[in-house]
Amino acid sequence: MFSFTGIKDYHNALLNGQTTCVEAVHYYLNGIAAQQHLNAFIEVYKEEALQRAAMLDAALPGQQSLQPLYGVVIGIKDVISYQDHGLTAASGILRNFVSLYNATAVQRLLDAGAIIIGRQNCDEFAMGSANENSAYGIVRNAADPERVPGGSSGGSAVAVQGNMCMLSLGSDTGGSVRQPADFCGIIGLKPSYGRVSRYGLIAYASSFDQIGIFGLHLNDVALALEVIAGEDAFDSTVSTAPVPAYSEQLQTQPEKPYRIAYFKQALEHPGLDPAIKEQTEAFIETLTAAGHLVQAVDFDLLDYVVPAYYVLTTAEASSNLSRYDGVKYGYRSPVATDDLTDFYKQNRSEGFGAEVKRRIMLGTFVLSSGYYDAYFTKAQQVRRLLTQKTTAIFGEFDAIISPTVPAPAFKIGEKSDPIEIFLADIYTVFANLTGIPGISLPLFTHPSGMPFGIQVMTSQMNEVTLLSLSKTFMQIAAKD
Amino acid sequence: MSDYSDKYETVIGLEVHAQLATASKLFCGDATSFGAAPNTQVSPITLGHPGTLPKTNRLAVEYAIRMGIACNCTITQNNYFARKNYFYPDLPKGYQTSQHTTPVCDGGRVLIKSGNDSRFIRLNRIHLEEDAGKSIHDMDEVYTCIDYNRAGTPLIEIVTEPDLHTADEAYQYVTEIRRLVRWLGICDGNMEEGSLRCDANVSIRLKGEQKLGTKVEVKNLNSIRNVKKAIEFEVVRMIELVESGGTVKQETRSFDAATDTTFAIREKEEANDYRYFPEPDLAPFMLSDAFVEGIKKSLPPLPEQLLQQYQQQYGLSEYDAAQLCMDKETADYYNAVTAISNNYKAAANWITGPIRQYINENKLDFGNFPLTPQQLAGLLQLVDEGSVGFSAAATKILPELIKHRDADALQVATAQNLLQVSDSGELELWVNQALSNMPDKVTEYKKGKKGLIGLFVGEVKKLSKGKADPKLVTGLLQEKLK
Repeated sequence: MFSFTGIKDYHNALLNGQTTCVEAVHYYLNGIAAQQHLNAFIEVYKEEALQRAAMLDAALPGQQSLQPLYGVVIGIKDVISYQDHGLTAASGILRNFVSLYNATAVQRLLDAGAIIIGRQNCDEFAMGSANENSAYGIVRNAADPERVPGGSSGGSAVAVQGNMCMLSLGSDTGGSVRQPADFCGIIGLKPSYGRVSRYGLIAYASSFDQIGIFGLHLNDVALALEVIAGEDAFDSTVSTAPVPAYSEQLQTQPEKPYRIAYFKQALEHPGLDPAIKEQTEAFIETLTAAGHLVQAVDFDLLDYVVPAYYVLTTAEASSNLSRYDGVKYGYRSPVATDDLTDFYKQNRSEGFGAEVKRRIMLGTFVLSSGYYDAYFTKAQQVRRLLTQKTTAIFGEFDAIISPTVPAPAFKIGEKSDPIEIFLADIYTVFANLTGIPGISLPLFTHPSGMPFGIQVMTSQMNEVTLLSLSKTFMQIAAKD
Repeated sequence: MSDYSDKYETVIGLEVHAQLATASKLFCGDATSFGAAPNTQVSPITLGHPGTLPKTNRLAVEYAIRMGIACNCTITQNNYFARKNYFYPDLPKGYQTSQHTTPVCDGGRVLIKSGNDSRFIRLNRIHLEEDAGKSIHDMDEVYTCIDYNRAGTPLIEIVTEPDLHTADEAYQYVTEIRRLVRWLGICDGNMEEGSLRCDANVSIRLKGEQKLGTKVEVKNLNSIRNVKKAIEFEVVRMIELVESGGTVKQETRSFDAATDTTFAIREKEEANDYRYFPEPDLAPFMLSDAFVEGIKKSLPPLPEQLLQQYQQQYGLSEYDAAQLCMDKETADYYNAVTAISNNYKAAANWITGPIRQYINENKLDFGNFPLTPQQLAGLLQLVDEGSVGFSAAATKILPELIKHRDADALQVATAQNLLQVSDSGELELWVNQALSNMPDKVTEYKKGKKGLIGLFVGEVKKLSKGKADPKLVTGLLQEKLK
């Protein structure tokens, strides 16, 4: 019977002949088949995955060491291009669209030996926090199918949570990897802005988007990051900084105790669930007891982060989504018209879902002449202030911690007020506004029985510290 | 019209779009060649497929800077692109990526001819942007067809201050811009193929008035002639409108080349809100002084400089100098010849005379003209020494040299027996023979009909079969006839 305890163990088992890639793929295909009600996948590449697994098995004999992701079974959020495969952003407007090229991250996964098992359900164009905005239906949390898995990368989180793949690639614009990881009790990493090429990632908000990784084991997440990160000729916003061997550096523990900050206002926030507050404070005490310096810092900008985030991301989204007009590809309304404006209106009204339309309208509004300075310019100022503040904090601290989400996974259909849903992003959008890396670690269990996590953030491009610190946290919490 | 020319002043600002002659597009590697089959130069990036990203073509930036340096602009150090958002089917991404806030070239000026004078037209800016695709409305009865080959082609937009005052100045300005972009090798300047396009902002105001009048924008002027015609029409239209008690409306108009008239296409009230914001998919780019300086050093000498040099150092007339600076190929050729020959004036005369004529007749240009500068320098020297006459050189030697790149002028002259005789003994024989052939004329000459000298020279030429140096012959005849 196949079981997965990390890529390193899996590779050993492959080399020792204890398992095969085909066996692994069957295991995950069974997982998918048994949990179809969770609706994690939009499309499963069954035959293809089995064929590639067979090919990898055939090439195995005689190999001393394997490519980093050899035979690793990975699912990708349906906002990431995989050549000759469907790509819809869970939107009706791209229902039958097939990608003509591979995203850089996908190309690197394939080059490292990975098996892509399917594309995963998500909120339409990655807009949402509960995976209730998909043209392919809602996704359910494997820990409690009556509850949401979080979003927007809900399918990708549930696929890892429910043993439907070893790793998933999601995307994180304001928490879309960390928040569902929190709700599903797994690890969710959002790397620094510019650490992973965005080429092939469907844009929601270009200056915020980042491909992220879901996994059950920190080493696996570090390894996947190592594979997909780095310079790319197709993305001029990606960093040219060399990619450290994250998975190896993870093993070396710090000589000095960590200096860790948390925002006073974050833990005192009225929206924070009492149980989450309590367990987070208890963990801070544990860290202090373990010799680390944990200190509250004043962060009076907290109330501005969500508004600034939604002004800037919707502005970018309104422009990024203009290309979906029914002219070149994608959905075109069957209703005939001779008027160009009507043509656009029909295609886009019928093709997009409600949340996407809301954000396109918001973004168009904040960029309109007459409102531009009051909203867009102001939000850009907030973003600059946040970046300055962040730089100052990381002058004194190695990391900032906070709850990932103010409350655990809620019931499906329970929340419908968009403002309330937006405000729940309060802890995650900060990392996207400032471009720093963040990770959600599954350390806790809520009295409701649902898992929840802690978020760790470090300075920009400092994934090495982020991952080592995460390792320490997992060990302290006895989760590793 | 002349009735009003003292009353009104015309104010014109021009926006010229020049397609940069880079092999690939502004933000991806797709080819930019003109005339390819529709939609064959379109990768997923050009088509704005989901997930694609732009990447700036460095050469396009360099080309824009070349133009900026040639126009004396200030080159902007910190640059970024912005998105200009609007929906149109030939705009694949739903926005145009353009340098809205930070044009790579700021200010500057262009020297144009205005009447008998030259004057500077101030530039507002030169900025980079991408072109859109082409909508073709007459290919199908029901549908509009779109060719995205052109989408993403790099453009520079060259924007003047409202500094031009006549249609003719506008004509001169666009002519100068076309010469400059060709000179710099950054655009083929071909208006018929749309490589160079012009929009004109035209307004009128009472003479002496400081405030600008309401402007009308005339779009898509696809020849220099049309720029002139459109402005001429607009000025008359506006003056007549105002004189008849009307007011000029701010609007966009289009030019109909069949009737030389303009017609309104949209009023300003319908103007788009383009919702510009910084392009988040492209990192801002910094231009170092060293980079700009390197481009400056790589520029060829510009027509303005050469005009001065030709007149002041080489003693050419303004007209001849201007002829040589008509295009870079001609100037390059002249420079190559004068680098090895100091017959500056003769070289200019040859190039603007028989050689230009040969080139025109054979539909060549100096870029592919077979005569080497060395061959021409040799020919100039033979003429200068008096070894061959100009007409023999132009009609007999030049065609031979053009046919045979390795032939030199002396060889050809010798082979064809064209070298002039300057040996005084031999010349004297022919002179004596000529005079004795025409005793009557000699008598008439001696009585004062000095004009007959030409007749005697002609006779010597005949006797010598053209080989006698006419200058020496004339001197000798004058001596004999004293």
